[in-house]
Amino acid sequence: MIEVRGLSKRYGDKIAVNNLSFSVEPGKVTGFLGPNGAGKTTTMRLILGLDYPDAGAVTIAGKQYAQLAYPMREVGALIDAKAVHGGRSAYNHLLCLAQTNNLPKRRVGEVLELVGLTEVARKRAKGFSLGMSQRLGIAGTLLGDPALLMFDEPVNGLDPEGILWIRNLMKALAAEGRTVFVSSHLMSEMEHTADHLIVIGRGQLLADCTMEEFIARSSGQTVRVSTPQAEQLAMAVAEAGGTVLPGGSDGALTISGLIPAQVGDIAFEHGVRLHELTVVRASLEAAFMELTADSVEYRAAEDGQGQSPVPGQPLDEQLPAPELAAQGQSAQGQYSHEGRI
Amino acid sequence: MAATTTQPARPPVLPPPSGRAGFGGTLRSEFTKIRSVRSTYWTLLVLLVVSIGIGAAISAGTAANWSHTSPSDRATFDATQASIAGLFFLGQLVIVVLGAMVLTAEYSTGMIRTSLTAMPRRGTVYAAKVVVFAVVALVVTFVAAFIAFFLGQSLLASTHESATLSQPNVLRAVIGTALYVTLCGLFALAAGAILRHTAAAITSVIGLLFVIPILAHLLPSSWYQDLERWLPDAAGRAISATVGGQDPHLFAPWNQFAVFAVYTVILLAVGAALFRKRDA
Repeated sequence: MIEVRGLSKRYGDKIAVNNLSFSVEPGKVTGFLGPNGAGKTTTMRLILGLDYPDAGAVTIAGKQYAQLAYPMREVGALIDAKAVHGGRSAYNHLLCLAQTNNLPKRRVGEVLELVGLTEVARKRAKGFSLGMSQRLGIAGTLLGDPALLMFDEPVNGLDPEGILWIRNLMKALAAEGRTVFVSSHLMSEMEHTADHLIVIGRGQLLADCTMEEFIARSSGQTVRVSTPQAEQLAMAVAEAGGTVLPGGSDGALTISGLIPAQVGDIAFEHGVRLHELTVVRASLEAAFMELTADSVEYRAAEDGQGQSPVPGQPLDEQLPAPELAAQGQSAQGQYSHEGRI
Repeated sequence: MAATTTQPARPPVLPPPSGRAGFGGTLRSEFTKIRSVRSTYWTLLVLLVVSIGIGAAISAGTAANWSHTSPSDRATFDATQASIAGLFFLGQLVIVVLGAMVLTAEYSTGMIRTSLTAMPRRGTVYAAKVVVFAVVALVVTFVAAFIAFFLGQSLLASTHESATLSQPNVLRAVIGTALYVTLCGLFALAAGAILRHTAAAITSVIGLLFVIPILAHLLPSSWYQDLERWLPDAAGRAISATVGGQDPHLFAPWNQFAVFAVYTVILLAVGAALFRKRDA
């Protein structure tokens, strides 16, 4: 368990983390969200004692990181996969890490196997792609078989295969009962893995809640269907108490108020042929966007007026149309992606 | 959903921990680090080649010209110093590069963040780095010094002026030069810890060891004579000399060596303090 209490850190005159307090509970996946520059990496560096806080304190299982008897057996942390001496082979890189914590040599072979780098174990790390470096970094975090894992933006810059691998790994680690603390600037990364969310912006805490609470707070999910019998389905949906939302220039219907199974059943009962049925949770991303809107470091000039969302209006309507569409697409893409696993 | 608050028992993959991670493991780790990059081998090979090669070239050249050498030059010729001059002048430069890189390579590659995450007790990491580098440097400089000495003396045999280890001051000069060159490496290691940048560290150390003494020569000679014994390079000149008696402007060889040793220890201490205190 990580306890962060009143943590503050400034670099020069830039405040990176400002009086931040939260805790990471054991046995869960905690997503650490915030826009770029929100202070996520700084917070992680402070947790690991790489940087020293100006105020506040961090403890892991009641101790400062540097006081842990065998740090690698309690915490596996990866902040930067490229933080490796390129001239050293993967095997020797892991060996020199294992030796600091008196871990047996066989662990090096085991974690290399686990991340699928056995064949390149003797190759120098400078020739590794980002995906391979990420695997090497993760192998390092697993050497000590720790109960707590910490990853900073683990999918950044990875190709789809790498992203999928990392997601599945995090799920597998969590399923083994480990605590996973993972940062991202994308809500979509957290949707399927995190149980708990800690959201920060400009170094300050914006939200600390369960995923369910966060979903409940946002305006719920919609179901997107495409069918050649759109009018027939729309009527049936309306009868069943669902709402067909306006829009959808491509002929697809966006339905709210019903879960995907209900929509599928309705279609079946009415003999409506479906070509697509997708859950769209644009609103989750939108809720995150709204939460962090005021704390985004750099924004494009066109919304430079910094208009804050109008209170009382559904989130979806507050977002400019193209942006919403784009988010719908990405959430969708993700679901179909998941479907192929 | 990976959501799970129930914790299935994970089979233990490691024996239960006892004690805590400390100096022994970190020492092994640092040894693995230094032996697992090619630059170490290249640097040490260059050190051996230039130290032995230059010493041999000077010795062979001297022997070939011996018949043309004036009696006064013959009287002041230091066969020991000639044979180990390569280690003294160029080996020093090479070891400075290797010493500086012990820490600066960690910063330039970003490895320092990984290293300090694995072993967050920074004093332990620093001490292990110093010990591993010192041991490697001692072994290599001793090997270089003795090979250069024996090879040089065999090449000088025709002059009948070649030295043996049993002669006064000779063993001191050979061992002392190896120790001096090792100290230069540690001096550079400390500079690397302070400056955290390879080029800056190497340039500064070369400035202090080579350029400052040259500039000091430009001072009025009485000033220079007062200052000379406090310059870092004086240790090397004093410790490697075996003939000509005591230089009146320098301390006795080991005392002169101690001056530089004290500088090195101070610099290492400053490096340690900064290494522990600064953000990584």
